[in-house]
Amino acid sequence: MIRKLSTTIALLIVVALLAACGGAAPAGADQVEVFSWWTGGGEAAGLDAMIKIFAAEYPKTEFINAAVAGGAGTNARAVLASRLQAGDPPDSWQAHAGQEIIGTYVAAGQIEPLNSLFEEEGFGKVMPATLLPLISKGDQIYSVPVNIHRANVMWTNPALLAELGVQVPTTWDEFFTACETVEAAGKICLSMGEQWTAMHLMEVVLLGELGPDAYNALWDGSGDWGSAEVTAALGTYAEVLKHVNSDAAGLTWQDASQLVANGDAAFNIMGDWCDGYFSGTAEGGNLGLVPGEGYGWAPPPGTDGTFQFLSDSFTLAKGAPHAEGALAWLKTAGSKAGQEAFNPVKGSICARTDCDATLFNAYLQTAMADWASDRVVGSLTHGVTANDTWKNEINTALGLFLTDTNRNVEAFQSALVAAAAAYPNK
Amino acid sequence: MNPRMTRRLTRPLLYLMLIFMALFFLMPVYLLLITGLKSFAEVDLQRMWALPKGIHFDNFILAFEKLSPHLWNSMRMVIPAAIISSVVGSLNGYVFSKWKFKYSDVIFTFLLFGMFIPYQAILIPLVIFMEKLGLRGSISGLVLVHVIYGIAITTLIFRNYYAGVPTEVLEAGRIDGAGFVGLYRHVVFPLSIPAFVVVLIWQFTQAYNDFLFAVVLTGNRTWPVTVALNNLAGSQIVQWNVQMAGALLTALPTLLIYIFLGRYFLRGLMAGALKG
Amino acid sequence: MTATPVPARAAAPRPRRYVNRDQVLAILVVMPSIVATAIFVYGFIGWTLRVSLSNWTGLMPDYSFAGLRQYLELARDARFAIDVRNTAVFTTIFLTSCLALGLFLAILLDQKLKGENFFRSVFLFPMAISFIVTGVVWRWLMNPATGTRITGINLLFQQLGLGALISRWHLTDPPWGIAFVAVPAVWQMAGFTMALYLGGLRAISEDLREAARVDGASEFQMYRYVIMPLLNPVTLSAVIILGHISLKIFDLIVAISQNNIALDVPGVYMWRATFDANNYGRGAAIGIIMLLTIAVLIVPYLVYSMRSEEQQ
Repeated sequence: MIRKLSTTIALLIVVALLAACGGAAPAGADQVEVFSWWTGGGEAAGLDAMIKIFAAEYPKTEFINAAVAGGAGTNARAVLASRLQAGDPPDSWQAHAGQEIIGTYVAAGQIEPLNSLFEEEGFGKVMPATLLPLISKGDQIYSVPVNIHRANVMWTNPALLAELGVQVPTTWDEFFTACETVEAAGKICLSMGEQWTAMHLMEVVLLGELGPDAYNALWDGSGDWGSAEVTAALGTYAEVLKHVNSDAAGLTWQDASQLVANGDAAFNIMGDWCDGYFSGTAEGGNLGLVPGEGYGWAPPPGTDGTFQFLSDSFTLAKGAPHAEGALAWLKTAGSKAGQEAFNPVKGSICARTDCDATLFNAYLQTAMADWASDRVVGSLTHGVTANDTWKNEINTALGLFLTDTNRNVEAFQSALVAAAAAYPNK
Repeated sequence: MNPRMTRRLTRPLLYLMLIFMALFFLMPVYLLLITGLKSFAEVDLQRMWALPKGIHFDNFILAFEKLSPHLWNSMRMVIPAAIISSVVGSLNGYVFSKWKFKYSDVIFTFLLFGMFIPYQAILIPLVIFMEKLGLRGSISGLVLVHVIYGIAITTLIFRNYYAGVPTEVLEAGRIDGAGFVGLYRHVVFPLSIPAFVVVLIWQFTQAYNDFLFAVVLTGNRTWPVTVALNNLAGSQIVQWNVQMAGALLTALPTLLIYIFLGRYFLRGLMAGALKG
Repeated sequence: MTATPVPARAAAPRPRRYVNRDQVLAILVVMPSIVATAIFVYGFIGWTLRVSLSNWTGLMPDYSFAGLRQYLELARDARFAIDVRNTAVFTTIFLTSCLALGLFLAILLDQKLKGENFFRSVFLFPMAISFIVTGVVWRWLMNPATGTRITGINLLFQQLGLGALISRWHLTDPPWGIAFVAVPAVWQMAGFTMALYLGGLRAISEDLREAARVDGASEFQMYRYVIMPLLNPVTLSAVIILGHISLKIFDLIVAISQNNIALDVPGVYMWRATFDANNYGRGAAIGIIMLLTIAVLIVPYLVYSMRSEEQQ
């Protein structure tokens, strides 16, 4: 028995050593390594579609898809951060456009400005003028946005609203009145999910109550987080939270929007990735509803005429091992063909305003029209308006506020003031 | 009432308790299995406990297609890691129990502390260091890390085990003229099989289930299966049935080991790898 | 795994002629492990300590000295206070449940029943599964939705007519929500605790039990007064192992709580502070505090084991 086992162990050692020696793949000359957190669903499919366009345009360049999933990019960020600190950057990586890039990668001197690329390819001319300052630091533009999502959308259940005789509210006061009717019928007024969806709701309420100028001022340092207007807006937010489902913390954003689709809830405030979930096919794990019939949409109270955006964008690493490949990738990512391949599959609109509208469904067409004409402001939850450190301080303050059964607005506001003072955008 | 009578009477009660506990332990596996066998249309939170209407291996096939290269990566990583760890542990244990030197107990205690550090606390220096060594992104790098962070536990198990080997046995060998190597080869190693089984299984499971080191130290081609499973979940739509099938596939190698070798594991523990 | 360094029998008097060559060989054999541990454990801890005393916020290293600022801020941090409370609640529930359930199962299996192998495997197998998989499945099982959306164990309770047991699980008001997160952790580690106890029980000779029975002790009395005291060292090992798992817990909480601050623990806060917020100084300080907490548990134990060995 012992001899047998020893022989087995010896054999295993040999096998193991052989296995360990079958080393990593050799590095080719023409490559580009692109890092993202798109590994599943429409995101991965959209990325694949864009990679196809890239492969057709640059057949000699090998595309290395270094996607890491999990936690809306948290795992990916950990991997990326450690690679950058170790001096081994991928050629290009995904990041939310705005302060998430400016405050992190630009501040650390890890990425190159892309002004000449924007000029050569004419990207600046086909994107909204109010967008460019939000993805720049000074005069330098730092990323190529490939898609645009809208954060300020209120999703509704048209059948339920008709049954209850409730109009879509345009002010928060109307919203509270509507809630009385909805709740009297035993339904949830506003569905919400886990903590980040609460932050999403908060930024929409702040925008609606303060208006775009005062909202922007909160982020560029010219506004005052301690002002009476902010107190009032946070008061409204606390009031809104009284009308959300009690099991919010246990639900994902999909669970929450499904409550509206099922007719358990009247409203849901969430970004327009909801549209893909509502209207996508059942085989893909979506709800297969008809836009406008199975679900409706409207700007949340007080935010009509404003487009609160977020965007996935790609960067150029400073000292990229394959800079040429990376620039080729960014050209594809910013091109009409690339964006038209990616966005209909991902369920977002193009960052460019010249994409073919017929490729998109009813909701996305309205979003495209608004994108071209509305005032553009950034989203906090999705990395546009605040650097990561600041955003996380806000997230902690919000978490404590949500845990606090008394909903102490004063304490919440002073935590927000402290966060803005400690970690402002640089 | 004599003890025998008591035992006869309480026996059905004991079985009842055992069965109840077994149901509690098997509940999540039941769920993994039936959800994995359902078609997507059939996955419904309200009917989660119900048996599937038909048997769909599609989910397993789909999950296997996506996971198989990474399962192979895991094997290439875990088998060397487990074997090297046990060899290192065995030699260390032999020295720290039978060839004590000045301060060897103090050094052993210092080694042991390595078992208890929260890995997040050393993650960033680890990545930078591995990058400098040129080992980040390769499977051998991950093997090295698992071997190093396994030193404490493997040394401990073998040292505890060898402590139970009577000194007289070694003395006999010494009189026959055997030295450090000879005693290990002819006396200690042949006695070590139960401890090897314990350490191999333990390190196999640890390295196989690890996510943290794997995600930061490997690249997309060298990802072990835990990272691939995490990627299978994606960040948007959750395909529960594929994910459950994938989770079961991922758990399968370690499950099989515990099912088939669990008794040797326990026997090893009882033979002295574990001693209070 | 057991953390008990067994008193190694005192090494036999070594004839001189071995000492030189073989003793050198012995030291050479352990040297690589010592060097690796010095770098990968102590060197890296030192590095983390240095970061925790710095101002490093942002992606790239900034080692400018900040003194104890990070620690003082944490002392005033309401989130960290929640983490400490949650760790205390989680550890208490996890430890006591694992020990109680593990001992209970071990005693059950010690009754020489049929099918012992089967049951042993059933109780032990969750150990084979990663915390990530456990988290995914249990998040589903402990779904707190009610009414028409009821699912998971709550649905099972409803269908079995046990409606009174329906729970909000981890969404129960603080501080008890975190206690429910301990349920999957207990599921995973109770079998291991059982294995430890079973090993301990099997090491107790049958003669001792017979002697107790002959003295007229009931089965209960025998366990209570004869066997339990002999199992104390096993309990100590189990406390050390389970305790440090509990203080480090990370993946399971992330899989179940989804960044809900009411369920935050230091391991999660550290990850978020470092990688979500680029607040490396704070992350490192949390790491050091975790390390110190674990050290408070471990070091006396290690010292105690070493002393008791020396005395032999």
